[in-house]
Amino acid sequence: MVRKCCLALAVISSLVGNRPASAQYSQADVEAGYTLYNANCITCHGANGDSIPGVNLRTNQFRRVATDAELNRLIQTGIPGTAMPPGRYTTADLAGLVAYIRSMRDFDTIAPGRGDAVHGQTIFEEKGNCTSCHRVNRKGSRVAPDLSDIGAIRSPDALRRSLMDPTGSMLPLNRYVRAVTRDGKVITGRRLNEDTYTIQLIDTEERLVSLVKSDLREYVVLKTSAMPPYKEKLTSGELDDVVAYLRTLKGAR
Amino acid sequence: MKPPMRSVLFAVFLVSLVIPILRAQVSNDRLLRSADEPRNWMMYSGTYASQRYSTLSQINPSNVKNLEQKWIFQAESLEKFETTPLVVDGIMYITQAPSDALALDAKTGRVFWIYRYYPSTDARPCCGSVNRGLAILGDTLFLATLDAHLIALDAKTGRPIWNTRVANASAGYAMTVAPLVVKDKVIVGVAGGEFGIRGFIAAYDVRTGREAWRFNTIPGPGEPGHETWQGQADAWEHGGGAIWTTGSYDPALNLTYWGTGNPGPDWNPGQREGDNLYSDSVVALDTDTGKLKWSFQFTPNDPYDYDSTQVPVLVDTNWNGSPRKLMMWANRNGFFYVLDRANGQFLAGYPFVKVNWASGLDAKGRPIQTPQPENAPTFPGVQGGTNWYSPSYSPHTGLFYVSAWENYASVFVKEEQKYQEGQRFVGGRPTTPIPGGQNIPSLKRGPINVWTEAAGHGAVVAIDPRTGDKKWRFLMTDVTDSGILTTATDLLFAGGREGYFHALDARTGTLLWNASLGGQVASGPMTFEVEGKQYVSVAAGHSLFTFALR
Repeated sequence: MVRKCCLALAVISSLVGNRPASAQYSQADVEAGYTLYNANCITCHGANGDSIPGVNLRTNQFRRVATDAELNRLIQTGIPGTAMPPGRYTTADLAGLVAYIRSMRDFDTIAPGRGDAVHGQTIFEEKGNCTSCHRVNRKGSRVAPDLSDIGAIRSPDALRRSLMDPTGSMLPLNRYVRAVTRDGKVITGRRLNEDTYTIQLIDTEERLVSLVKSDLREYVVLKTSAMPPYKEKLTSGELDDVVAYLRTLKGAR
Repeated sequence: MKPPMRSVLFAVFLVSLVIPILRAQVSNDRLLRSADEPRNWMMYSGTYASQRYSTLSQINPSNVKNLEQKWIFQAESLEKFETTPLVVDGIMYITQAPSDALALDAKTGRVFWIYRYYPSTDARPCCGSVNRGLAILGDTLFLATLDAHLIALDAKTGRPIWNTRVANASAGYAMTVAPLVVKDKVIVGVAGGEFGIRGFIAAYDVRTGREAWRFNTIPGPGEPGHETWQGQADAWEHGGGAIWTTGSYDPALNLTYWGTGNPGPDWNPGQREGDNLYSDSVVALDTDTGKLKWSFQFTPNDPYDYDSTQVPVLVDTNWNGSPRKLMMWANRNGFFYVLDRANGQFLAGYPFVKVNWASGLDAKGRPIQTPQPENAPTFPGVQGGTNWYSPSYSPHTGLFYVSAWENYASVFVKEEQKYQEGQRFVGGRPTTPIPGGQNIPSLKRGPINVWTEAAGHGAVVAIDPRTGDKKWRFLMTDVTDSGILTTATDLLFAGGREGYFHALDARTGTLLWNASLGGQVASGPMTFEVEGKQYVSVAAGHSLFTFALR
């Protein structure tokens, strides 16, 4: 674990100073916040800040607070009626936590400036044929996840990994399923939700479909991604360009 | 035709003569014999034996499909709704988060009164501002609050009678437990195992709220067991051993049994070398003095947060041919135990989910620990094979039923941590064993689940206590925090995180009926009867649902 910490801190160190978003927070604050976050917040919020449904700290957009002062206050008061408890911290600790939370999205990054985002968009839409499955800002198919805010919620390294090895980096929440009804109809699509008795999915025709398991003859969750690996399809430079483009996608909220 | 006012008044007068007889106070004798009046549910676990088994028989496997919803009470809270209602002679008493008490008409769900309590903002619960229910004696209800106060309320009006500060909320002490009334005392314990508290169980005089006795779950200098706290010199002072589920009581042995929480800091046992008594244990206390009669520790020097905050289930049955007073316990550490509750002797133990932190139990029930390498998954994960939600034992089937998390692991990370009053004191963290994946949300999930097949799933497991055999398993896609209720007609009621509420055949696990309640069940279902009709109630999401036959 110690190694991982140091690595993360090294990343922070390399970040602070050359990235405008983080520039307003001191390296010491971010590092202190990282330690406090791991001691106090990670159990519920997770290492990536996205373990609570509907809450993704990396997006830097919060339902209840906008300013640092409000975020600072919320950490102290908690959110009554939810699992978010009040936290008692020193002023310095609070500054650290806010600095770290505000900087989470910039973590784990490749060197800024690498890749050409404009060229990346062209590859994304043409050579890569990504919009045949993915959607960005109301353009493209809904069969695969909408990527309009992917740059806000995934690190550049994670984006690159997804392009190189889609199956290896596919999260369970993006799995595809194949179901066969009793009368032999085959339904495939991306799973949106599942419980003991039912499945909700978006099928290959972009229809929202809800199935009752007891009506099915066959049901499988596919562990391989329908996305082709781009390791060989694109050059390393082209991959950098696509990642640079994806990083600009911060969503329209 | 409208009856004349005078006859109405006369009828009211006649009824008023009858009602005080029907609605007698809840005496100690009634509490002792609560199993004999199954129409009522007079304490958290139903009876002092805590089997959550009812002899009501109107609802049975053939007619359970005719259950319909009779009423819903919507809580004024968005917290997890963990209350188990009490029902006494047609009146239901519940809590809603954080620390309110309410009286409802058990037939309609309409509210008689609300006692609103505003816990101090110093309160710092680790895992939700929840409350699990009330206790009753006479005409008095007892409420344990989030900021560690114990309050007596008039059951007719909801007016406070006394309010005792049990512990210091700003140091991380909290109460979420439903109190237990034994004789003239009301017994509670304190939560705060993630804040370096020193846990205790304490009894208060039901009339005055004065403390009658206190048992520290972490022994101090000079007390037996103190030597099990080595490493840092002040380790015992912040040793945890919190209490957050209700104990049981054996009147013949005059013992009350309570399960204790994790040692602190949770995940760094190096700061507290030794067995760390009496964390992760069951303690048997003399009800008059609070003196320890015996204890049994499930997980010595626990590095996994395997709280033993389960409800002790007391069973009188034959064991190896002779009648014996048993205690049955499905522990968060993944093992199911049978103990002799007169002396704490270990009789049997078996894993009921996948376990790799121990290779088994020795002849005395002590785990043979097999710590996993760094970054390797430990089964069960941090939330355990089961947790605080109540299991059930049916004397009719002879089976023990538990809500379990199967095939579920965490990767534990240790870190040195300094104690600071009121701050979390956990010494590391659990992480997910799935690369790039999330942990199962430990406490509460929204309505979407797309990945638990990789991370574990929920089940109701029926265990034969004599052999450890799993007679049947009812599998769910998502995990579960639901308690279990069984009845004399061999029905089993339980829910889960998906918001379904199931009725199963307790003999086979066959699904007989289910309803979608739309929010996670994080409470124990219970049953009662009013005017000849049997009802089943369960809290799910932010509401309490009550069913009866059509």
